[in-house]
Parts: sequence; structure tokens; C-alpha cells
Amino acid sequence: MSLERFLQNAVSSWMSEEGPDSDIVLSSRIRLARNLKDYKFPIIFSREEAQEIIHWAERRLSRNSYQENGHFEFLGMDSLKPIEKRVLVEKHLISPNLAESSPYGAVLLSANEEISVMINEEDHIRIQCLYPGLQLVEALKTAGGIDDWIEEQGTYAFDEERGYLTSCPTNVGTGLRASVMMHLPGLVLTRQINRIIPAINQLGLVVRGIYGEGSEALGNLFQISNQITLGKPEEDIVADLLSVVEQIIERERVAREALVKTSDIQLEDRVFRSYGILANSRIIESKEAAKCLSDLRLGIDLGYIKDISKTILNELMILTQPGFLQQYAGGPLKADERDIRRAALIRERLILEKKDEQGGNVQ
Amino acid sequence: MICEECNERPATLHFTKVVNGKKSEVHLCEKCAQDKGEMSLFNGGAGFTFNELLGGLLNGVHTFQQSAHQPMVRSDELRCSKCHMTYQDFIEIGRFGCSECYDTFKNHLNPVLRRLHSGNVVHTGKIPKKAGGNISLKKRIEELKQELKELIEQEEFESAARVRDEIRALEREIHAVQEEGGDE
Ligand SMILES: [Zn+2]
Ligand SMILES: [Zn+2]
Repeated sequence: MSLERFLQNAVSSWMSEEGPDSDIVLSSRIRLARNLKDYKFPIIFSREEAQEIIHWAERRLSRNSYQENGHFEFLGMDSLKPIEKRVLVEKHLISPNLAESSPYGAVLLSANEEISVMINEEDHIRIQCLYPGLQLVEALKTAGGIDDWIEEQGTYAFDEERGYLTSCPTNVGTGLRASVMMHLPGLVLTRQINRIIPAINQLGLVVRGIYGEGSEALGNLFQISNQITLGKPEEDIVADLLSVVEQIIERERVAREALVKTSDIQLEDRVFRSYGILANSRIIESKEAAKCLSDLRLGIDLGYIKDISKTILNELMILTQPGFLQQYAGGPLKADERDIRRAALIRERLILEKKDEQGGNVQ
Repeated sequence: MICEECNERPATLHFTKVVNGKKSEVHLCEKCAQDKGEMSLFNGGAGFTFNELLGGLLNGVHTFQQSAHQPMVRSDELRCSKCHMTYQDFIEIGRFGCSECYDTFKNHLNPVLRRLHSGNVVHTGKIPKKAGGNISLKKRIEELKQELKELIEQEEFESAARVRDEIRALEREIHAVQEEGGDE
């Protein structure tokens, strides 16, 4: 398959489109956890219960259409190959948990992949809405609409005092997890991030690196989400997260300006060195790729590089994950083979940008 | 630092959580983290969430609660009639087995929820149309009754009459729903 064809199938709209504040916020996600009243929760339910829920979802959710989103595609975990599942995980459409340990799990996907509904994950139903850029309020609205629609097809476990009942007590109440994925190279380079993360934690929000191990955030990508789900209306949870995110955006912009002012040529050098590595390397590990992609994206945002689309970081961080590389290769790859493939994919992807530039016929 | 799970291997994964000034730390070795399912396929370790370490954190609540609040009732003997999970199971797994568990363990949940949700124990957000049944109507009636009281105090009888009619209409609506006899 050509890379162009592969990309057409592989890239979800939240990866390829730009949203508000997308120079810093790559995506916004809303997740609602829901359970059906009459069944035990997935950690303990019987095979029969699991299958009944799956059938209910297939019959009532995938065959009915929901507003302009049309039909949801129903994918049973038992019918997918391991690589296919891994690709869905890497696209953030299903959780690792659903892919690995839910033989009776399934997912319903909207055509543009902005909406996914996981069935029989930790809860019976997990509605997810994933938008490009900073669009938490919009995503909450969409997720809420799907929630209402799903409720028409079944009966939720809901308690007047505790709200939506979930398997894990950390989700009870609203069942809402709102999160944003932020690219914060300015705060990392100016070493402010280490002071900012504890401050954000103090506000009851959780910050973590999206890729990478331990405290290291590969690609300078951070996810910030609410921790509290009980005792606060959905709109307030989102508004509180949003106000913190807006402050972080502001600080990141200031940090970037300061960097340009104090070390313009050093920054430009860093950006173009990374560009050089991405455009020419034959072997590249995910860690190096992430660092270089972050630099490249920063270079695009600061105007050092003008002929490459902004979504390249988002897209390539995902496309160079092991699952995607293997899908593109058409079979399993060892780690060293993946590094070769990764380098090739990045080079080819950058060449597509050039074709685009010359008015080529790319999409 | 030694892993707090096995007390054997060095702890290489550290997790700090601060909510409203309260700090809790978890230190695990790679193996224990993996065994507990806390390393995810996707991000190979960065995916530590509060959620996943909950089982361990609830233990503290449990012992505290037994000694301080409920010395007479042994909470670990509670068993959910629908899913047969015990309170002890809940503490160990950090997950409820079914929606009935919330009812069964009701008297022991407030300290747990308070700790997880920054002091909150009661839902104040969205109410589903169907499963919520009359809850939203009832809440609306409560609000209107309050309004009615204030209007009467202010001697705004014309507005008060209008509010009173609205309350009656809502009460009729509740009766109608109940007569339909759904399990909602
Ligand atoms: Zn250990
Ligand atoms: Zn139960």
C-alpha cells in the first residue's frame, strides 16, 4: 500500500484537523462512564451477561443512527487481530484494557472517528468524544447528546445520591473524565514545567506524560485531566479544567516568545537539526523521533519552517507507534526493524509535504 | 527505595498525587506494577493513574474506618446480595461488583468517596431522563417551593399563585409517570 493510501485510512479527523489553540492544545477528550442497571459490572459479570450486553449494543446502538453522525461501526474485540486492536489503542479510540483483557468487549465508532463507545470495558459503556484543538465544551455537548440517545435504548444504573454508578469509585457521580493533550516545549525548555506540574496537581487535576516512561514526557506532550467526578456539575468540571488550560497556554506562549528573544539562532539551529534527522535518518528510535518531531512542530509554530503542516507532530507521534508501523509493514516487526521502518515512514511523510507544497495532487 | 508491594526489589516507579494539599506517594518495582496491571500496553509505564492504584490506597481508609468509626460492625462481613462481593473484596480490588454494592456498602462509603473526591459525597451533576425518573421533577418542585415561600414573604401573591400552579402541574406529572408503572 502506498503511504498516501495508508494515511487516508489511518488518520482520524482529530489527528489531521486543526482546532482552536491548536498550536498548543492538540486534542480535547470527554469520556463518560455509564452502566446498565440490570447487569453486574464487567470485572465480575457472567459470560451470558457480557454477551447480552454486546448483543444489546449491536442491535440497539449500531443499527440505529445517531443524528448527523450516521451509523456507528460495531467492532467486536474477538473479531480483531492483535495488530488491529493495537492500532485502535494507538489512535486513542479504545483503551489498552479493552484491547487486552475484554474478550467480550466491543467498540462503536463514528465514521470520522471523533466518537467511540466502548462496550464492556471497566464499565458497560464508555462514551468518548475526541476533538482536535481546545474544544472541551463542544466535546461535552456531543458526548452528552450521545449519552441521552444511549439512555433511550436501555436503563442506566443511577442513584439519586451518588449519581451515575461506576465500577471504580473514582468515576462515580458524573462519570466524566475531561482531558486535553498539550504540546509544551517552551515550558520544558525553560524548565518551568517542574514547578507548574505540582501547582496543577494542587488544583485537583492530574498531569502526565502521554508517551514515554516515568516522569519523562516524550515529545513534550502532556495530558491534563480532572480527578474529581463527584459533587460537581459536568459544566463546572470542564470550566475549571478549561481555566487552568488557558493559563498554561498563556505561559507556554510567553515561554516561547522569551526563547525566541534570548536564543533565536540556537532555537533555529535546534529546529533545523531535528528536521535534518527526521528527513534523512535511516534508523530512528521512538524516543529520538518524539524529540525531533516536537522540535519540528515548535519550528513550524514559531515560523522557522513554513512548508510543513502543523498536524505533523500529532500524526507522526501516532503513526510511528509499533502497532501502526506493523500494520503499514503488513506483518510483525522486531524492535530494530521497527526503527528502520519508522525512519522510512517519517522520510516518506515529509516528502508528501513537499509534493503538497508544489501543488501536487495529495488529497 | 524498596518496592512497597513486595518489599524486595528496588522501587523504580514513583507516583505522587496531591489533592487539596494532601499528598500520597506510591513506590513500586516494575514487576509489581506489571502484576497489578498498572503498566499499560500503550505508554509502557507512564499510564500510572490514581485509578489504577486505588486498591492500595483504599486499604488505609479501611483500617482507619474500622478502628475509628465502626468498632462494632465489622465492615468486611458485608456481602452484596446481587454480585456476592464482600466489602473486603471491594477494598482489595478497588472496584464495585455491581450497582447494588453502592447500597450494600452505603454506610462505609462516605470516607472513601470524601478522600477520592476532595470531600464530596453527593452527586450534583446531570440526571438521566429515564433512570433519573422523577428526580429532576422533584428537584424542580423543591426549587419552586422555595421560590413560593419567598414570594409569599414578600407578599407578591400574584406571582406566588403562578408558582403554586406550576408546582401542582409538576406534581400531576409525577403521578402520571408513576401510574404508567414503569420500573423507572
Ligand atoms: Zn515489587
Ligand atoms: Zn454488588
